[in-house]
Amino acid sequence: MATLDSKVPKGPIADKWTTYKDKIDLVNPANKRNIDIIVVGTGLAGGSAAATLAELGYNVKAFAYQDSPRRAHSIAAQGGINAAKNYMGDGDSNYRLFYDTVKGGDYRSREANVYRLAEVSGNIIDQCVAQGVPFARDYGGLLDNRSFGGVLVSRTFYAKGQTGQQLLLGAYSAMNRQIARGKIEMHNRHEMLDVVLVDGKARGIIARNLITGEIERHSAHAVVVASGGYGNVYFLSTNAMGSNATAAWKIHKKGAYFANPCFTQIHPTCIPRSGDYQSKLTLMSESLRNDGRIWVPLHLEDAKAIQEGKLKPTRIPEENRDYFLERRYPAFGNLVPRDVASRAAKERCDAGFGVNATGEAVYLDFASSFVRYGTEQAKIKGIHNPSKEEIIKLGQAIIEEKYGNLFQMYEKIIAENPYETPMMIYPATHYTMGGVWVDYNLMTTVPGLYCIGEANFSDHGANRLGASALMQGLADGYFVLPYTIGDYLSDDIRTGAIPTDTPEFDEVEKSVKERLDFFINNKGTHSVDYFHKKLGNVMWDKVGMSRNEKHLKEAIAEIKEIREDFWKNVKVPGNLNEFNQELEKAGRVADFLELGELFALDALNRNESCGGHFREESVEKDGPQKGEAKRKDKEYAYVAAWEYKGEPSDAVLHKEQLEFKDIELKTRSYK
Amino acid sequence: MNLTLKIWRQKGPNDKGQMVDYKVKNISEHMSFLEMMDVLNEQLVAKDEDPVAFDHDCREGICGMCSLHINGEAHGPDRGITTCQLHMRMFKDGETITIEPFRANAFPVIKDLVVDRMAFERIQQAGGFISVNTSGNTQDANAIPISKHNADEAMDAAACIGCGACVASCKNSSAMLFVSAKVSQFALLPQGQVEAADRVLNMVKQMDEEGFGNCTNTGACEIECPKGISLENIARMNREYLKASLKG
Repeated sequence: MATLDSKVPKGPIADKWTTYKDKIDLVNPANKRNIDIIVVGTGLAGGSAAATLAELGYNVKAFAYQDSPRRAHSIAAQGGINAAKNYMGDGDSNYRLFYDTVKGGDYRSREANVYRLAEVSGNIIDQCVAQGVPFARDYGGLLDNRSFGGVLVSRTFYAKGQTGQQLLLGAYSAMNRQIARGKIEMHNRHEMLDVVLVDGKARGIIARNLITGEIERHSAHAVVVASGGYGNVYFLSTNAMGSNATAAWKIHKKGAYFANPCFTQIHPTCIPRSGDYQSKLTLMSESLRNDGRIWVPLHLEDAKAIQEGKLKPTRIPEENRDYFLERRYPAFGNLVPRDVASRAAKERCDAGFGVNATGEAVYLDFASSFVRYGTEQAKIKGIHNPSKEEIIKLGQAIIEEKYGNLFQMYEKIIAENPYETPMMIYPATHYTMGGVWVDYNLMTTVPGLYCIGEANFSDHGANRLGASALMQGLADGYFVLPYTIGDYLSDDIRTGAIPTDTPEFDEVEKSVKERLDFFINNKGTHSVDYFHKKLGNVMWDKVGMSRNEKHLKEAIAEIKEIREDFWKNVKVPGNLNEFNQELEKAGRVADFLELGELFALDALNRNESCGGHFREESVEKDGPQKGEAKRKDKEYAYVAAWEYKGEPSDAVLHKEQLEFKDIELKTRSYK
Repeated sequence: MNLTLKIWRQKGPNDKGQMVDYKVKNISEHMSFLEMMDVLNEQLVAKDEDPVAFDHDCREGICGMCSLHINGEAHGPDRGITTCQLHMRMFKDGETITIEPFRANAFPVIKDLVVDRMAFERIQQAGGFISVNTSGNTQDANAIPISKHNADEAMDAAACIGCGACVASCKNSSAMLFVSAKVSQFALLPQGQVEAADRVLNMVKQMDEEGFGNCTNTGACEIECPKGISLENIARMNREYLKASLKG
């Protein structure tokens, strides 16, 4: 079995990045003008990379499937962005952010990459403020911070409930400045359909103009893929409808290894499904768990009555409620990490205690917070002997101030007032920690092909902490890739423009066109969504929050069947040379149908429970941790990087052994 | 519920286009409006007809991709939301719903309900940024205190999602609310001061070149804006513009 070279520099962890930056080759400004770089995807990672590379002097060609970089799904991140600024003076440091991230990732991330992430986190905040990002401030005019799950300090910077939006608009504005100067050639409404390799190096892409349907060739000296995660393999997720894995999957098929696909985050606080027509799920910030208590009825007959609409939750007395997180995890209670909270909710619902018609929902109840805040407010306001109603009203005002926009969003979707009836929540797929394998330079196993942001695998291990996705996207794009890519491109200063009228481009374009032709001409019986929903059901039922050998083997077989059926019976209306949204979906779902199988294979291979990946066979058998996830460091402290060999199940496993020199491996305990 | 939909169909930018009637049945009131459109499109695909093209992506009201003029209102009858957040409980069984694209000279139709909003991109490129390179050596984020009031107001202006509802709602197809939101965000922050005069002049110039109309203070944009961007931003932009013009 081959080993992977992560190219992590030698030396103490705190000095690695600085020393490395001092020693790598640079490209002089005059030569940068002769070098082209393609960036696919313009969310936080791709947008920030495109802007910075253009500022440095490279010619950037950027691609987005939406009509503007401002639409990328980074925009939907609500809560905030972490940075080890220690403005609060509560003992934060680069080391602490590094430690929390590695521990939160359940010891499956690469130490050196995570330390670098922590190291540049402070620069991100400086940069964004300079760009005019309106972060929240206190009355003294300084930046405000809040705390997030899984950590002991306040290091999260935020812009109301729209932090992702404001950071993305910051990167977008930096891009706009370069587009206006002609340094970024922006291709909106374009989708990358394959990568072109010349002499083993990434030298271009084939893209489809989504308005005209034209197939285009674009060449460059390096290609950067920043196309986000693959959560939509589940059909229902909190991702945008168009979020897809096509760019990442295509480069995998051309030689880039795909790492840890089974590491997926299922977020506990999403609005539950209401019916089969549902197109996507909506996330509500996990900050709600600071003040809400999660429960289901203690007795099955109460749960049944609720499911049938015969009983209101407010009529169930306190002693007949099961606050299952507080019961199982007294130390952390409702604030256990995302993976633990999600699995506990599923366990109760599987046992029949779910609280909506589908039986897949638990309550998130703010009633006790109303009383707690209300009592405090009454004291502050000097109200003596306040009535119960007065207290609740005062408390509701505080909750409204903190989470008003989330309560409003919930009410619009569910049509129930969450101030009066407890909210209903259920876990949903939210983020993928796995992705394309990259080395310390963020280069994939294909020379000249880079992968950044959620699309790569490196920083979050088996579980991502809240407010870390925005940090990683911007760190990769603003501060890491622009350095490391120079080292590679310094060999290309004499290469000259890459021609597109070569056999390599001919061949890839031909295969892309053949596939599109097939879809249009197949005249099958079922729509693309029909197959996507089927795939999603298998993924959710058998490769979801809780996995076992039997189900995973079944999933592999079933996904293969769905894929074969898809290639026989898919129906795509319309033509090639026009705006055709069904055709766009067909290509994306075809790729999900392969990725899903590798995902299940990876989950089958990893017979341990860690982070978001829970294997029923790997639980603590006795002691205080009985029934909890059991990590197996001796056998599985490695990155599983898969090499494409034809069918997804033929993929070959390569292991990157993870070394923990600066952090001691411990069992996560939230009891 | 059962509904009749009158939908604008237009094959391409040069096609004339027309309203076409469709029926959908058994629509749940809990569906979102776009999920109802998904149901319609599944029906059309099953019948080998061309599905209705419409823009959408995040389906949670933040990306600004979805549009639609529904029963004569941008983003439909509800307030403070985008089309993707609109739910079918806002409609009645048996109702006829008219669905059109955002209409403006500066937003040509690409297909059916999809319009080209590149004019907004070009306005942003004309000055919607602060000229600072990514060096990692900008000054510390807390070096310049900014009053909470100004920071909050800048944030309120920055909440614009660039959907174009303001243009579609305006009888003059004016883009003043959109442009003023960006001008205001930077005008309220010290970081934006250095280029303030050039920014407002360049962005307004580009706005005029794109063929957007003028503002006559009817305020329809503010009412239909899914993010509640205030008309005060237009007043602020006018002040900034006057100031910049006088400076010469």
